[in-house]
Amino acid sequence: MSELLSVKNLQSGYGRIPILFGIDLSIAKGEFVGVLGHNGMGKSTLLRTLMGHIPATVGTIAFAGTDVTRASPAARARAGIGYVPQGRQIFPALSVMDNLRVGAACTGRQQTIIIERVIEEFPRLKPILTRAGGVLSGGEQQILALARCLCAEPQLVLLDEPTDGIQPSIIEEMKDTLKSLARARNLSILLVEQNLEFISDLATRVLAIKRGQLSGEIDPTKLHEADLAGDIRPA
Amino acid sequence: MDYFLVVLFQIAGTVGNLALISVGLAVIFGMMRVINLAHGEFIMLGGFAAIFGVQAGINIWIAMLVVAPLSVAFLGIVVERLIMRRLYGRMVDTMLASWGLSLLLIGLATTFFGNRVVGIAAPVGSFQIGTYSLGAYDFVLTGIALAVFSSGYALLRFTPAGLIARATMQNREMASSLGIEPARVYAITFAIGAGLSGLAGGLLAPISGVLPTMGVAYVAKAFITVITGGASVITGTALSSVLLGSINTVSTFLTTPVIGDVALLLAATIFLRILPTGITGRIFKGAP
Repeated sequence: MSELLSVKNLQSGYGRIPILFGIDLSIAKGEFVGVLGHNGMGKSTLLRTLMGHIPATVGTIAFAGTDVTRASPAARARAGIGYVPQGRQIFPALSVMDNLRVGAACTGRQQTIIIERVIEEFPRLKPILTRAGGVLSGGEQQILALARCLCAEPQLVLLDEPTDGIQPSIIEEMKDTLKSLARARNLSILLVEQNLEFISDLATRVLAIKRGQLSGEIDPTKLHEADLAGDIRPA
Repeated sequence: MDYFLVVLFQIAGTVGNLALISVGLAVIFGMMRVINLAHGEFIMLGGFAAIFGVQAGINIWIAMLVVAPLSVAFLGIVVERLIMRRLYGRMVDTMLASWGLSLLLIGLATTFFGNRVVGIAAPVGSFQIGTYSLGAYDFVLTGIALAVFSSGYALLRFTPAGLIARATMQNREMASSLGIEPARVYAITFAIGAGLSGLAGGLLAPISGVLPTMGVAYVAKAFITVITGGASVITGTALSSVLLGSINTVSTFLTTPVIGDVALLLAATIFLRILPTGITGRIFKGAP
C-alpha cells in the first residue's frame, strides 16, 4: 500500500503549553488506523494539528507526497483531508441538506451527484433532509457530520471520538457504515477513541498515545489485555 | 381618505429609509458580530461619494447606485484588511477599533470637505394626493430598499455563495475544515456590508444633505433596528424596519417628530424585553 500521510517528529500545543512531542506516524492508502488514549493525552490535539487548526511548532506533515505543514486548514481539506471533530460541529441553523451542500461546496464537481451518493450511503438522513442541523439528536448529528465530511470527497478522514455521547444502537450502525465506506471508497481513516470495542472492531492498526507521545503499536485483538496492563491508560 | 393614504405613503417612506440605513450594519454586525461604530461614517462617505460624483458630471443615478457603494466597499476592504481581520471574535475590541475609525473618518472628512452641509437635488419631483403634495423620491427609496432586501435574501438563501457565507458565520473553523477560506468570506462580507452603507448614504444625500458628523444620527437607529430584528439578518431587519418605521411615522403624525423618535426607541425597548433574541428569535427562525 502506498503512503498517504507521513508525519515526522511533530510537536504542537496551545500557546506556550506543549501537548504533542515527537509524533511519528504513517498511514497508507485505504488503511484504518486507531489511536487510543485517555482524556488529556493529546488525541484531539493530534487531529487538530493534522488538520491545521493548531500550528505545528516542530516537524513535518506530508499528505499525498506534498508538504502541508504550513498549509491552511482549507487548503488541507481541498487537498483531500477530511475532519469530523469531537462534538460534531454541525451548522445548527442550516438544514441537513444545506450542511451536506456546504460539505460539497469546494469539490469543484457537480454537487447533486456527490450528495445523492452520500445520502445512499447514509439512508437515515433521507427523511430529515429539511430539518435544521441544530435540532437533530446526537446520533443523527454524528451521522450528518460524517456524511458532510464525505461530501468533500476526502482521501483521508480524521475522526475524533465519534462514539462520544451516542446511543449504542447508533454506534453499531456507525461501525457498519464505517467498515463499508472504508472498503467502497478506499478511504484511509485515522480514528481517535476511548471506546476499546469500537476501535478494535474497526482499526487494522492501533496506536496508544500517552502524554502527547505515541507509545507503541497494539494488536487490535489484544486491546483489553493492553488496557489492563496499563499500556493505554496510565495507572 | 386622502389623509389616510398620505400616512400610508409616509409609513412606506420611513420603512424604506430605516431599512436602507440598517442593512449594511445588519450584514456587518448581524452576520459577523462586529460592532461597527463607524457605520454612520460609512453612510456619510457614501453621501460624499455620490455628491462628488454628480459634481464630476456623473449621472446622479449612477453616482448614487454605483459610485457611492463601490467607493465605500473599497474602503471596507481596506478597513477589514488593516483593522478588523485581527479582531474577529472580540466584540468589544471591534467596537473600540471602529469607534476610533469613526472619529478618524469624521476628522478627515471635516478637514478635507469642510464642516458644512452639502447636497444634491432629488432626481424625481413630487406628486399630489388630493390637497397633499408628497415627494416621489421617498417611494424610490422604498422600492430600492425592497430590491436590496429581496436580492439579499435570494443571495443568502438560494446561492452557493450565500450558503458558504452563512456556514462560515455559524462556525468559521468547521467551514475551513471543509475547504472554505474564512478570511476571504469575511473580507467579502465586510466589503458588501460597507458597500450597502455607502449605498444608503448615496441615496439619502438628496433628502438629508451630507455633513461629516451626520453618521451619529443614523448609527443608533440602525443598531436598534438590527438588534430588534434578531439573528436573521435580512428577514429580521426587514421586519423590524416595518414595525419600528410604522410606529415612528404614526407617532409622528399624531404628535411631533421628536415624540415619534421617542416612540421608536420605546417600542424597541419593549420588543426586546418581550423578545430578548429579537423578532426572528421567535418567528421565521433560521431564515437568512
